Amino acid sequence: MTRVQIIALLGSLFFLGFIVESIRKRRLREEYSLLWLLFGAIFLLFSLWRGGLETLAGWVGILYAPAALFLILIMVLFVLLFHFSIVLSRLREDVTALVQEVGLLKAEGEKDLKEPAPRARDGNPGEG
Amino acid sequence: MNGEKFRTLVVVPAFNEEESVAGVVEELRAYEPRWDVLVIDDGSSDRTAEMARRAGAKVVSLVRNLGIGGAVQTGFLYALKKGYGCAVQCDGDGQHPPEGVALLVETLKQGGVDVVVGSRFLNGGRSGFLSTPSRRLGISLLALFLGKLCGQVVTDPTSGLRAYNTESLLFLSRNYPRDYPEPEALLLIHRHGLTFREVAVTMRERRGGTSSLGGWTPLVYMSKVLLSLAVETLRPLRSRRWM
Repeated sequence: MTRVQIIALLGSLFFLGFIVESIRKRRLREEYSLLWLLFGAIFLLFSLWRGGLETLAGWVGILYAPAALFLILIMVLFVLLFHFSIVLSRLREDVTALVQEVGLLKAEGEKDLKEPAPRARDGNPGEG
Repeated sequence: MNGEKFRTLVVVPAFNEEESVAGVVEELRAYEPRWDVLVIDDGSSDRTAEMARRAGAKVVSLVRNLGIGGAVQTGFLYALKKGYGCAVQCDGDGQHPPEGVALLVETLKQGGVDVVVGSRFLNGGRSGFLSTPSRRLGISLLALFLGKLCGQVVTDPTSGLRAYNTESLLFLSRNYPRDYPEPEALLLIHRHGLTFREVAVTMRERRGGTSSLGGWTPLVYMSKVLLSLAVETLRPLRSRRWM
């Protein structure tokens, strides 16, 4: 193993370990962790498989192997960003529904404050 | 039709309309005391909610600004929750006269249609306030496109004066576009087996505040709306069942 391979291996193992630990401690929800685990596995694969990058570059016809690395990284980032957009859209829907519900509930609550609940009046038989 | 079934709620979405909202509420209540007026204060930073409440409206204040779509949809949810048979959406800037609201409610009462839209341009509608020429051009192009998609004549796709029956409220309370919702909502209605009809209403110039389209040139607005309409035709149909 070359030095760069060892560093890459340690790096991707650390990365994977960090992801697993985050899931374990519920800092990251499982549904959002799948992509991260997948990318961690890809990094691990290329740090173990020495000629991997050259082979891959050869398949898709990239002459300069490191360019394949950048291609992979950019694609990974694109997929992740898109995933974030989807999650954000869903969050926005949720927030909209919450804001609406809070508004409606607040309107109900303010009405109750103005017109005291019937129980409060019933509880005072000495009146009248 | 008995009156109880058509208990009417007038929904007035308002974002920073403290100058005009009280006038709108008072005018509506004076015209027809049986209407309940609900102002949706869409996260205003001014005294919109206070002015509306003083004028005798019910007020739902949203803790964050949701945009016209989210605000109007809150009104739909309120109407359903409180069992109104009819909800009318009416702008808070004084553009929509109470006579128009009444006409919409009457048309809805006659039945046979789920949504009634007040149109500035129907019957050659040359009276009243008709917006600027460039906007009018955009609106007529939009009307043409929307009309083709819905298979019926549409003259005023951006009109914010609309009356809804329970059936359409049930559907729209769960599916309502957020930004620039008016044209898209008509397409949604049509695609999901509900019906709409336009009636001629003479509108006035706004009294205060700024248009919700402020800043957007008509061209940008048009492209955004056309895109949203095109996308809507590609979407799968949503269930109309109440869940």
